[in-house]
Amino acid sequence: MKKLSARRRHPLAALVVLIFALAAVGSLYAALAPTNSASADASQSLQVEEGKRLYQVGCASCHGLNAEGTKDGPSLIGVGGAAVDFQVGTGRMPAQQPGAQVPKKKVIYDQGQIDQLAAYVASLGAGPAQPVASQLTGGDVARGGELFRTNCAQCHNFAGAGGALSEGKFAPSLAGVSAKHIYEAMITGPQNMPSFPNSTMPEQAKKDIIAYVNHTTNSDSNPSYGGMTLGSIGPVSEGLFGWIFALGALIGVAIWIAARTPKAKKS
Amino acid sequence: MTSQDNMSEEHLPEAAHGHGGGPVVSKDGYFADPGLPPHEHRRTDIDEKAARRAERQVAMWFLLSMLATVGFIASYVIFKPGPTHHVFIWPIGNVSPLNFALGVTLGISLFAIGAGAVHWARTLMSDEEHIAERHPIEATPEVREQVFADFRQGSKESGFGRRKLIRNTMIGAMAMVPLSAVVLFRDLGPLPEKKLDTTGWKAGMLLKNMNTGEPIQASDVQVGSLTFAMPADLSEDDEDFQERIAKDALMLVRLQPGDIKDKKSADWGYHGVLAFSKICTHVGCPISLYEQQTHHVLCPCHQSTFDLSDGARVIFGPAGHALPQLQIGVDNTGNLEALNGFTVPVGPGFWERSE
Amino acid sequence: MSTHISDATSGAHEEIGHSEAGVEQKHLGEKSADWVDGRLGVYNLAKANLRKIFPDHWSFMLGEICLYSFIIIILTGVYLTLFFNPSMGEVVYHGTYTPLQGIKMSEAYKSALDISFDVRGGLLIRQIHHWAAIVFVAAMLVHMMRVFFTGAFRKPREINWLFGFLLLFLGMFDGFMGYSLPDDLLSGTGIRFMEGAILSVPLVGTYLQMFLYGGQFPGNDIIPRFFTIHVLLIPGIMLGLLVAHLILVFYHKHTQFAGPGRTEKNVVGMPLMPVYMAKAGGFFFLVFGVIAFVSAIASVNPIWEYGPYRPDQVSTDAQPDWYMGFSEGLIRIMPGWEIRAWGHTLELGVFIPLVIFGLMFVVIAIYPFLEGWITGDKREHHILDRPRNAPVRTGLGVAWIAEYIILLVGGGNDLFATHLHLSIDAITWACRVLFFVGPVIAFMVTKRWCMGLQRRDKDKILHGRETGTIKRLPHGEFIEVHAQLPQEELFRLTAHEQSAPAELPAAVDENGVKRKIGSITKLRAKLSAGYFGPQSQIAKPTAEEHAEITSGHGHH
Repeated sequence: MKKLSARRRHPLAALVVLIFALAAVGSLYAALAPTNSASADASQSLQVEEGKRLYQVGCASCHGLNAEGTKDGPSLIGVGGAAVDFQVGTGRMPAQQPGAQVPKKKVIYDQGQIDQLAAYVASLGAGPAQPVASQLTGGDVARGGELFRTNCAQCHNFAGAGGALSEGKFAPSLAGVSAKHIYEAMITGPQNMPSFPNSTMPEQAKKDIIAYVNHTTNSDSNPSYGGMTLGSIGPVSEGLFGWIFALGALIGVAIWIAARTPKAKKS
Repeated sequence: MTSQDNMSEEHLPEAAHGHGGGPVVSKDGYFADPGLPPHEHRRTDIDEKAARRAERQVAMWFLLSMLATVGFIASYVIFKPGPTHHVFIWPIGNVSPLNFALGVTLGISLFAIGAGAVHWARTLMSDEEHIAERHPIEATPEVREQVFADFRQGSKESGFGRRKLIRNTMIGAMAMVPLSAVVLFRDLGPLPEKKLDTTGWKAGMLLKNMNTGEPIQASDVQVGSLTFAMPADLSEDDEDFQERIAKDALMLVRLQPGDIKDKKSADWGYHGVLAFSKICTHVGCPISLYEQQTHHVLCPCHQSTFDLSDGARVIFGPAGHALPQLQIGVDNTGNLEALNGFTVPVGPGFWERSE
Repeated sequence: MSTHISDATSGAHEEIGHSEAGVEQKHLGEKSADWVDGRLGVYNLAKANLRKIFPDHWSFMLGEICLYSFIIIILTGVYLTLFFNPSMGEVVYHGTYTPLQGIKMSEAYKSALDISFDVRGGLLIRQIHHWAAIVFVAAMLVHMMRVFFTGAFRKPREINWLFGFLLLFLGMFDGFMGYSLPDDLLSGTGIRFMEGAILSVPLVGTYLQMFLYGGQFPGNDIIPRFFTIHVLLIPGIMLGLLVAHLILVFYHKHTQFAGPGRTEKNVVGMPLMPVYMAKAGGFFFLVFGVIAFVSAIASVNPIWEYGPYRPDQVSTDAQPDWYMGFSEGLIRIMPGWEIRAWGHTLELGVFIPLVIFGLMFVVIAIYPFLEGWITGDKREHHILDRPRNAPVRTGLGVAWIAEYIILLVGGGNDLFATHLHLSIDAITWACRVLFFVGPVIAFMVTKRWCMGLQRRDKDKILHGRETGTIKRLPHGEFIEVHAQLPQEELFRLTAHEQSAPAELPAAVDENGVKRKIGSITKLRAKLSAGYFGPQSQIAKPTAEEHAEITSGHGHH
């Protein structure tokens, strides 16, 4: 045991732990998962079948056994795979507790399971599907900025830092959100966010917006030329900083200037 | 402050008691002013070595300033301007090296001059307190009398009080002459007339999608979606684009027809597609924080909240009246079009606004 | 005074030097000084001012922060005008900042981008200009608080208070206009807000709006017009006021805190030359240095992030710079009242906040005159009050500040909502209630606090200060040794005056005729009792009380 603990700072320790953890999760999953999933056939119907099982364990209590919706959760018929991928892939679903808004949290399903869930929900009724990679790239940052300021900045702020909505709801920060999830949010309109379907916001516009969000929320592509961003939330944080640090420093200097120089000790 | 500092060993109980006679009393029965305490020397006043050290410290500050100025000029030459140049500086972030280097060197070069000067004053210049007398601001009665007499004399000699005709016409002339200035400002802008009452929308005008620049098929507007529109005859290249979009901008939503509480509002829409002015009726911010589940729309400037399912009625915040709704329908190709202009002025309220 | 003696001796030395040379050869410096004096008469000015005495206290330097940040703003502002193009003419951007490539924008915005990216040091100067503006107004507010809470606004300084007040008021508006000039999305939103506010004015609102904007919003005139007002008109007036403000400071001589040797008839401190030339001159560089350093490390108003202004676009977090924040709060917490009648609309939701905004400033401007009227005090005051010794005034000041802070919170309600995970509606409602309740609570708490401090002062005078030394008496009791305060401290703590409330004139005059007492006289007497009544001041101990206690049972 002592040997083990001595090596826990070894550079490879993290890797070893990771492998063990993955193995544990895998075997746990194998033990819990229905046995017929072992068959290598990855056909669509199997995906749906798997998704349905996952759904019944994790989702049915709120969304109903057949996804018809209950008082605790809306119907999922016709919401499409994109909605599932967004909600579950950002950890918003399964929801933990009722509140003004379901926030993003730790994701508890792996992407394979999310795909299965999405396939199941998609099978219930036609809806927006998860995007493929080519739908997410090739946008123009400048055009995206223009579209972002027309469609998105009013809630998510000019720099994608997020903002307040009514009654405790809020538009979340867009920093670190993957292109896929941005796309899915636009096309499905999760929670109180309105949707921006392809019929009124074409695919290219979405690519442009994704390009802009990726650009503007990433400090490598969008440096804060003038210094600290102070949260990119406009003049409020600037005012606070000015009062506390700039004026504070100046008052400190004034105190130094006016302070008595120490007198020589009487000996 | 002063006396607190001075309260060192010698003021401990026994010593204080040793004052003997107790406090000196003033005429009015309170404690008398003991007068300015004797001046005490600083280290630098009595120790030449300390003074020389202080002198060196001041000089170091000034030298530092010189170095920083050299650094400033060097930074100006070395670092390139432009958005492609950036560098990560912990803990500030990814910043412009030019801005950072210039700012830090300029800051040091200035701060060091100030610090040197203040250190000089604090350590080497005399810190002996002087007393300056104040003199009353009010003049003596004699001076006051003299001024009044002079004034009366001057006034009498001018005849201002006696020759009423001169006085009155002069006041009249002086009062009128600024009117020229007032008149001159007339051409600052046009008269309001009915300008604020009308917008670019009129019957038969197609709605143009701001994202695509194309007309909008009614069926393309889905429930829960948000689309922004402008009149089809308006283009971003127009000379008056800014003035027109400031009034014509539209917000297009679609509600389940059953969710629409206001009958007139439902009638003015097309199968649940409703078109509202995007300009807040409070002070004119483009209002568009649309919550698709509650059908509330919030203004980011002052949080006026409107219920789009109920004729865009105000439900919270400082706005005084509902968002104007544009009556829409479809043309023969299914594109959304205005069936009428706005029937009330859009944007912030004003005195002449009638409803 | 040793300096005078040494001056005299050195002067004597020079004279001897001259006579040795045998010619009346004057030093070059002296010669040029004589030349100037012969034309401007500067010697009389210098005689009065070179060795002018200023008292030393850190809070007396707050005004200097304002002065220096103003100078910094002017210096950097002049630099910015060399590159800024205040035009609303539309151009398509093809500059170095790629994320705005091909976007339509005004020339004003484009030139502001060019200053930020293509002029070397342009971004730094822009940031210094903006940070200095933020500090300028903040320092003015703090300076004003210092003057208020110490009663430095009393006779003969009421007019200088008004000058300072005007500087604060104009400084705020000039800041707002500067914020509006780059024509980015944020500044345009501010200009739009102003349009709505002007439109809400009854009768003349629409006319004012059309004349100011040169037509319908946004038009092509507002930025060039703001530019002229921002760089010429308001700074010009402010410069004049500033000079007048400083002349009066010199003329009145600075106030001082009570203390040994300090009276209403003198000022104790150190001479302008050399001590204050070095300290105040040095402070300018220190202020400039600190602001330059802040501009190196902290971004302010990153206009390229906001994008160009378009009236149909907006970003959340649409707030003005902090000094306009309280007006933002006023307008955010106002309920949406509107009167529609006889074909007219009175937009109270905007107009009432506009009026309260004005009132909050009017009370600042008139306070010295109001207090002077209530107290009936016609004497000059050069010794400052300690805030505790004027509990009502201090309470009123704190109440004003409390209101101001509540409104600042209201103005940032969206950010408080997101950062504290609260409902924006709840914060707004809390601010609505606190708008009325907050200042009252602040007043009462402050006044009681001041009274407590007065009581403590009295205790300290009568019983001495706690030494922390514990002594055991012969019968076993432990007591803490209290030390008598030295004379200087006794004097300092009792140097303030205590007035009696104004009394109503006798109901019957000397001829036995019933006198009519006007309601204004009665009100004044009531207010005076509020200022000076027993609930607002603890009678300061006399030397006799002190003697009784100290002799009665010795020192504890």
